[in-house]
Amino acid sequence: MKTTLTVNGEARELDADTRVTLLDALRHHLDLTGTKKGCDHGQCGACTVLVNGRRINSCLSLACMHDGDEITTIEGLGTPDDMSALQKAFVKHDGYQCGYCTPGQICSATAMLDEIRQNWPSHVSDDLNGPAKLTVEEVAERMSGNLCRCSCYPNIVDAIRDVADAEGGRS
Amino acid sequence: MREFDYARADSVSDATSQASLSDGEARFIAGGTNLLDLMKLEVMTPDKLVDITRLDLNAITATDEGGLRIGALVTNSDLAADETVRRDYAVLSRALLAGASGQLRNKATTGGNLLQRTRCYYFYDTDMPCNKREPGSGCSAIGGATRLHAILGASEACIATHPSDMAVAMQVLGAQVETERASGEGRIVPLSDFYKLPGDTPHIETMLEPGELITAVILPPPPGGTHVYRKVRDRASYAFALVSVAAVIEMDAGRMQRVQLAFGGIAPQPWRNAEVEDLLTNEEPSRALFDRAADMLLADAQGQGGNDFKILLTRRTLRAVLAEATGLGDSQ
Repeated sequence: MKTTLTVNGEARELDADTRVTLLDALRHHLDLTGTKKGCDHGQCGACTVLVNGRRINSCLSLACMHDGDEITTIEGLGTPDDMSALQKAFVKHDGYQCGYCTPGQICSATAMLDEIRQNWPSHVSDDLNGPAKLTVEEVAERMSGNLCRCSCYPNIVDAIRDVADAEGGRS
Repeated sequence: MREFDYARADSVSDATSQASLSDGEARFIAGGTNLLDLMKLEVMTPDKLVDITRLDLNAITATDEGGLRIGALVTNSDLAADETVRRDYAVLSRALLAGASGQLRNKATTGGNLLQRTRCYYFYDTDMPCNKREPGSGCSAIGGATRLHAILGASEACIATHPSDMAVAMQVLGAQVETERASGEGRIVPLSDFYKLPGDTPHIETMLEPGELITAVILPPPPGGTHVYRKVRDRASYAFALVSVAAVIEMDAGRMQRVQLAFGGIAPQPWRNAEVEDLLTNEEPSRALFDRAADMLLADAQGQGGNDFKILLTRRTLRAVLAEATGLGDSQ
């Protein structure tokens, strides 16, 4: 099935079986292997990418359903020479050990900070209508879709709060 | 995953006719977060997917009656963050935010959430008999691992639970489901009539006909009162409910003037019991009364061994929610 995606700002054509997930399209058809396959069932978050600015599990989505969509992967957020604020913060805080979950963590956190800017509440927010705050508890809840088997959670939380602080988004 | 035909619908009537004209089994796909998972495991093997994501069913609008019409494609994220929902239907926001993860809520839709399948381990395991997956093959859960399973409304053929949080809030709010059939005929069904108990046909889960599409969920005018959604689960986030209780309670002069309660994690559908609500309505809150309400709710409760704890957990969660919502305090 012919599909056109905009991936990291670039138009990409795809002609793949309808069963191909967005994750497999990125990795196997478009050679963007930064996005990782963990569980392939939406439970671990390693495959998290942004679609039209929102984070999703790319393993639970068919590539052919994304015709015309804008996809951002870890490759589109920064490069080793020009890292995004979150990428720098993950390095600074040692927010990983093996690194396998890291692209998903960073894509997820990128979109999560945007959700905070839009004042989305979370399960642990005391007030549904108040300003969204980025406490440790809030980061843990909002990032619960991203597992880290090395259990670097404290450092991941520190990295994310660091970036939120710099933006003035934490209170 | 088995091969399937894929078609993108450009209107509601196109979607329903594409689904009903299909030779084999056709399924609508929107978020796909549950359906694709089940297709990978070949628990579900549709011959055709009708993609409805391009349909104009994304809006949340006010109804003439003062309620809210939520388009079937409104995502769980957008619904939870909607300002009217946060203000007037807080129990719905709370239930949505208690479910799944940020990534899944961005994809999962209002219509799809109502139709998500059970997380019974044996339904997912195609090597095991399951009456819901393969009618007549037997139930592996009975006598098996039953931590997630039902204590109310189950049958000898199936003891699976409905996994949704959102649907529990929709049930407590008295939502209605708007659909359209291939004939072009629409209907509006109360959510309380939407789901079917398993009986001896656990593979039939709702009253939807083949090719019938959910187009919206309609909420009545805001109920007011205090809204509580409490979910008890094995970990603090990103886990299905063992027991959840949704409550909308309005107090007047020390009495519970309006009581609406719904329960998740304990039955094949979001559970509501009008007799329990009647027992509490217009009464002064007290721990003794809450216990009588729990007695009534759980009179027919049946444990399966691994889920016996849910009977006491439901009682305690109900008492805690009633205490919180009536201002009686949270202590047991």
